[in-house]
Amino acid sequence: MTAGQDDQEQPVPWTQWDAPRDRWLMSDDACNGWPRSLLLEVCARIVFPTVLMVSVYLLFAGHHDAGGGFSGGLVAGLAFVLRYMAGGSAELAAAIRIHPPVVIGAGLTLAVVTALVPALFGETVLASAQWTLDVPVLGELKIATNLFLDIGVYLLIVGVVVDLLRTVGAGTEKGVMLDDEEVERT
Amino acid sequence: MLIAIAAHLVLAALLPLIARRWGKVAFLVGALAPAATLGYALTGTGRALGGDPPAESVAWAPDIGLEFTTRFDALSLIMILLVSGIGAVVLCYYFFYAKPDDPSTARNSALLTMFAGAMLGLVLADDIISLYLFWELTTVCSFLLVGGDGTTKKLRRSATQALLVTASGGLAMLLGLILLGTAAGTFRISEIIADPPSGSVVTAAALLILLGALTKSAQVPFHPWLPGAMVAPTPVSAYLHAAAMVKAGVYLVARFAPAFADLPAWWIPIVVLGLWTMVLGGFRALREHDLKTLLAYGTVSQLGFLMVLLGVGTWISALADATLILAHGLFKSALFLTVGIIDKRTGTRDIRELSGLGRRWPMLAIFATLAVLSMAGFPPLLGFLGKEVALEALLHGDAKDLLLLAGVAIGSVFTVAYSLRFLTGAFRTRKDAEPIPATQPGVGMSTMVALPAIAGLVLPFATTVLEPLVAGYADGYVARRPSYELGLWHGITGPLVLSAVILLLGYGLFRAAPVLVPKLSGWVPGPLQAQRGYRYSVAGLEWVSHAVTGRLQAGSLPTYIGVILVVMVLVPGGGLLAGVEWPDELRWFDSWLQLPLAILVVAATFTVVLARRRLTAVLLTGAVGYGIGALFIVDGGSDLALAQFLVETLTLVVFVFVIRRFPPRFIEERHFIRKDRWIKAGISVVAGLFVAVVAVLVSASREPGMPAASTAYIENAEAETGASNVVNAIIVDFRAFDTIGEIAVLAVAATGAASLVLARARSRSAHRDSPDDDQAGRSEPPDGDSPESTVGARTATEPTEATEVNR
Repeated sequence: MTAGQDDQEQPVPWTQWDAPRDRWLMSDDACNGWPRSLLLEVCARIVFPTVLMVSVYLLFAGHHDAGGGFSGGLVAGLAFVLRYMAGGSAELAAAIRIHPPVVIGAGLTLAVVTALVPALFGETVLASAQWTLDVPVLGELKIATNLFLDIGVYLLIVGVVVDLLRTVGAGTEKGVMLDDEEVERT
Repeated sequence: MLIAIAAHLVLAALLPLIARRWGKVAFLVGALAPAATLGYALTGTGRALGGDPPAESVAWAPDIGLEFTTRFDALSLIMILLVSGIGAVVLCYYFFYAKPDDPSTARNSALLTMFAGAMLGLVLADDIISLYLFWELTTVCSFLLVGGDGTTKKLRRSATQALLVTASGGLAMLLGLILLGTAAGTFRISEIIADPPSGSVVTAAALLILLGALTKSAQVPFHPWLPGAMVAPTPVSAYLHAAAMVKAGVYLVARFAPAFADLPAWWIPIVVLGLWTMVLGGFRALREHDLKTLLAYGTVSQLGFLMVLLGVGTWISALADATLILAHGLFKSALFLTVGIIDKRTGTRDIRELSGLGRRWPMLAIFATLAVLSMAGFPPLLGFLGKEVALEALLHGDAKDLLLLAGVAIGSVFTVAYSLRFLTGAFRTRKDAEPIPATQPGVGMSTMVALPAIAGLVLPFATTVLEPLVAGYADGYVARRPSYELGLWHGITGPLVLSAVILLLGYGLFRAAPVLVPKLSGWVPGPLQAQRGYRYSVAGLEWVSHAVTGRLQAGSLPTYIGVILVVMVLVPGGGLLAGVEWPDELRWFDSWLQLPLAILVVAATFTVVLARRRLTAVLLTGAVGYGIGALFIVDGGSDLALAQFLVETLTLVVFVFVIRRFPPRFIEERHFIRKDRWIKAGISVVAGLFVAVVAVLVSASREPGMPAASTAYIENAEAETGASNVVNAIIVDFRAFDTIGEIAVLAVAATGAASLVLARARSRSAHRDSPDDDQAGRSEPPDGDSPESTVGARTATEPTEATEVNR
């Protein structure tokens, strides 16, 4: 969840290779006066990867059980909501590095491309195909092309929720974040 | 001929590149397309005039019966002679006319070539949809060419007027064409004309089509756009507003006249407005001092004449019309090109300033004289030939025709007078003015004037060529072909005598005009003046749109929601009242579990209304949502319930974020809120009851058992989509197109909401910088202010999400 450390120039002595290089929680300066709760912040960070995994599970389970791209995307979005509630915009920025509009666009593009690809093979738009593969460890694996449409929906929903947090959430943070950062970005 | 149309359009796309590299040579390159088309059309003359005109067809969207069909018959050939012949001449002329560093070369050469292609498509099209497409393409080209670079108010105003008038007429025409095509059961023009439908729908269709033709051909009361369009460069005016585009209306009427000639709703407006236009245009031409505007009013007048002849609707009148269409295109383009030379060499077009040009430029004066004499109907030119036939057509008819004859004669007297006025104004040597200094016009430009002018002299003697062409069109009329032949000399007949009288009277009017015209002008009362009518119409439209937008887009969230709810109740509610079927028996519940959940939802709803704090209200709304999710579970809709819970959670979080910025309590004390509280309550209650009733009625109207669609979905889900979860199979496969549409809406809504918030944040931070606005909240009205609206925009996307789920 923290930043990659590849840009460290000095080689790290082996005695310190597992010492933390970043602060795990935010410093007080970074969180812009957001009311902090240590318990919530730590729990959010611990739960976050698990919730994301659940969302991916829902995405793939959708074909046979309750779930699907929409529900999965919402669960992933709620994971980011949790991070945001714990630490405000700074915490959200730590959780996701990609600009949310890019995620929205990627999702929509994936869905549209999935819709159009069958036309290249002379099928009608949005026709779907399925293959059954034998994967050594997992056993029989069935892949339907409409899964990609579902992934597109998933990405788009995640993007929409994070974008919502970025704008509506940050926009109501008593104007603190907006004056410094958002205004420059727009 | 399809390839010719395509060649024009492709060439037009390439011309900007050519113009960038080689400058004004682009005009010559552009001229290649119409010139080649003309040659190609001439080689096909025999087939076009034969009994079975060649047709070509390209399926465009075959599934819905859309195709692009061309039919190359006599009328098309006549129009192609004008469109492509004059087009090639004008483009060549433009090459000599344009300055080497003219910045508009790329634009105008491409637009003119595209226009030539569109016009070609228009006169060849045999199905009404492509006819309309080309029709509007010519309108757009005209708008762009008249507007030019749009740097002056006059350019913009003239271009807008041309666009508004012709495009609104075009829309009416589209409606008429569709009505006609539906009534006839075919969209092929040739089939409609061969077997015209009848009935009141067809009458309405004919009137609508006429509206398109009359606006395009600048007939009263729509004519003012044409003189206004004279702000365009002269070659453009010569082509679009004299020879080609304004003929489109005449062409349309000529195309449909064989089918509708006997329909009173068709010919009465044509002859009345046509005559009025002919006389009015002639009169106005006598008042103008600008040579180009003079010619423009002359064009208006001539178009009226052509319309009248079409309204008469006999074989001879059609013969006259076809001849005059050709004649008018030739002489009017020659005259416009002459004006272009005069304007370019002397810098003025005002006949009060021009003097001595005839002596200085004898060759040009001769060519212009040829064209002017053709316009006046002087033997032995093409204009005379056409007018002879026209008089012949009207002379031997009934009382109505004789009445028309009188009108046409008056109009022709005006024509002779303004023709002479043009000629003397442009070329004579005035006693009271110094001869205007000017260099010789180039050979190239003069040649381009000479070509159409000399064609007008040669064609009357080549009746063997001309007769089959114009008679080919006239043969389309049902009336039997009389024994009349084109010719310059029929002996001393009525028309010849009449022509002589018209010429004499015209000369008299020309001499009397300087005294007579100022006395007569201005007699039209203000409200009837066409230009004023146009201005008032546009102002009225703007007033209406201001009024409607001002009322509906008041900027208040409660107003928006109120409008939506009222419409929702009134429109489907009205339909419901008309044919409602109450269910026989109402079940109160299916499972005991539903009871406590329903009670929870209802109780939460009532408490929301009573809540004093915003946070309480939001949480209670959430309780309603969760309760409904639980009801879904009871009914076994696990997918639905999952999505409902997730959306509800997200909505709740967003609400909580937003109401941090609001006062904790609802505003209650203010008087003005209490005033319309009852209205709001009434609308809410009625809308809620309506939704509840509709829900009961809709679910009761289902057939017992599972609908066929559901059964099919369930059967095919595993095999076709690889998903055993039917809900998911529907979302990602069976109705995947809906899904894509919905996520696209979601993306747009999210982007829009983000932009709103960020834009507001920017303006807020800008406010904060200014010292006089220290309290941002002060300027916000308590009810329906901007943060609330933003939330409204945001939450408006939630139903979209829910729609996807509920499907």
